[in-house]
Amino acid sequence: MRYEAPETAESAAALLAATADARVLAGGTDLLVQMRSDIVDPALIVDIKRITETRRVTEEKGGWRVGAAVTGAELKEHPRLKKVWPGVVEAANLIGSTQVQGRATLGGNLCNGSPAADSVPALIAAGAVATAAGPQGRRDIPVEDVMLGPRKLALTRGEFVLSFLLPPRPPRSSDAYLRFIPRTEMDIAVVGAGVSLTIDSGGTITAARVSLGAVAPRVLLVREAATAIIGSRLEKEAQDRLEAAARAACTPIDDKRGTVEFRVQVAGVLTRRAALIALDRARTS
Amino acid sequence: MAKHHIETTVNGDATEFLCETEDTLLDVLRDTLQLTGSKEGCASGDCGACSVMLDGRLVCSCLVLGCEVAGRKVDTIEGVAKGQALHPLQQKFLEHAALQCGICTPGFIVASKALLERNPNPTDTEIRYWLAGNLCRCTGYDKIVTAVKDAAVALRKG
Ligand SMILES: Cc1cc2nc3c(=O)[nH]c(=O)nc-3n(C[C@H](O)[C@H](O)[C@H](O)COP(=O)(O)OP(=O)(O)OC[C@H]3O[C@@H](n4cnc5c(N)ncnc54)[C@H](O)[C@@H]3O)c2cc1C
Ligand code: FES
Ligand code: FES
Repeated sequence: MRYEAPETAESAAALLAATADARVLAGGTDLLVQMRSDIVDPALIVDIKRITETRRVTEEKGGWRVGAAVTGAELKEHPRLKKVWPGVVEAANLIGSTQVQGRATLGGNLCNGSPAADSVPALIAAGAVATAAGPQGRRDIPVEDVMLGPRKLALTRGEFVLSFLLPPRPPRSSDAYLRFIPRTEMDIAVVGAGVSLTIDSGGTITAARVSLGAVAPRVLLVREAATAIIGSRLEKEAQDRLEAAARAACTPIDDKRGTVEFRVQVAGVLTRRAALIALDRARTS
Repeated sequence: MAKHHIETTVNGDATEFLCETEDTLLDVLRDTLQLTGSKEGCASGDCGACSVMLDGRLVCSCLVLGCEVAGRKVDTIEGVAKGQALHPLQQKFLEHAALQCGICTPGFIVASKALLERNPNPTDTEIRYWLAGNLCRCTGYDKIVTAVKDAAVALRKG
């Protein structure tokens, strides 16, 4: 097994393209576990953490560009990101323990391809766009289009995620992410719900995005749920419409962690609660 | 293929070692550098017995490759005591009987030290959340939390 730690996106893409069985290494909190249990056995590991663009958080066109290999702990400590995108930061901070937080990245969470990845619904609700680098150059992919199904990504050979762009935030906007797990810490989401919204000065919702994790083979952008609350002030009827739309989008699996019925029910409840938190934050933002 | 030759800093000392790509930092510390204080409980990031500091961040050394630490700074449990003088956390773990078999203890000490450096006066809840990635099968955790709080008091007094 070879190991390379290139310093530019171009050399990383060239290395990844040249070897059929190459893997990107970011924080390693999924990859090393999978290597250890013989789920993967790559011929080449390309560590992307020495590429500056993967490791920095910068302002760009009024939004924020977050490197794919920035860790959860670094996001939390960022002086401004949490104010603008509290939902994204809280979702990233739900990943694992303090130790895992010191390593786990947004890029790894997305590209591991798990429908239960915690930061992904928050990124999708935020309208985040992934910038992928590959042998043919760079392209932007909305985060909801990166994952096609469990462990299946829209990235082509040699391509990897370099960074994410969180769009500019109009006034009175905010977001929130909630998950349900059977314990209080250190567990995989049974359902995850991300909501991002903007209100006008009268408190009416003018824009919204809703995303659900762990209730389908991929993390979902639920447009019907957003439509259900745009134009409302999230009164009881709008909340009911939101819950119904969220439940209708779910096609979950049945397993020991949650039955289909339970997951669908919880998806509705969490979506409503996340929307209420986002609304409250938008009012005071 | 040839092994990687890695130059790094461990507990403040310039250190070099040879490793294979698949060797974890924990493998290197224990098997190559003979620093066996860090323990392997699970090798999957769940138990925290292998906790070390990497460039000032608390991480599981079982989830870091040896290759990755080239040019970085690694701090392990072996660097916590100063010669014969125990760190207040080590002293308080002894005083409060916060260990039984001791397998988890190096990880708890390294993790708690990282906490107290950031937050010199943590609440019980903050201690429990920070240490949620450190598992102990013996103590039931209460004595560990008490020891960490008491060490925090000792450290604040200086
Ligand atoms: C104890 C423990 C608890 C955990 N708890 C949670 C949890 O609560 N919620 C949760 O969602 N996850 C959890 N995880 C899983 C994991 O920590 C996260 O998915 C994490 O975000 C992965 O990021 P990473 O940087 O460590 O990824 P890596 O392990 O480095 O990579 C993961 C996968 O993505 C690929 N990859 C990484 N970065 C890129 C990139 N930029 N472009 C293309 N491909 C890339 C890798 O090749 C690999 O296949 C947990 C893991 C552990 C060990
Ligand atoms: S051995 Fe590393 S977390 Fe258990
Ligand atoms: S003292 Fe035995 S595992 Fe903690």
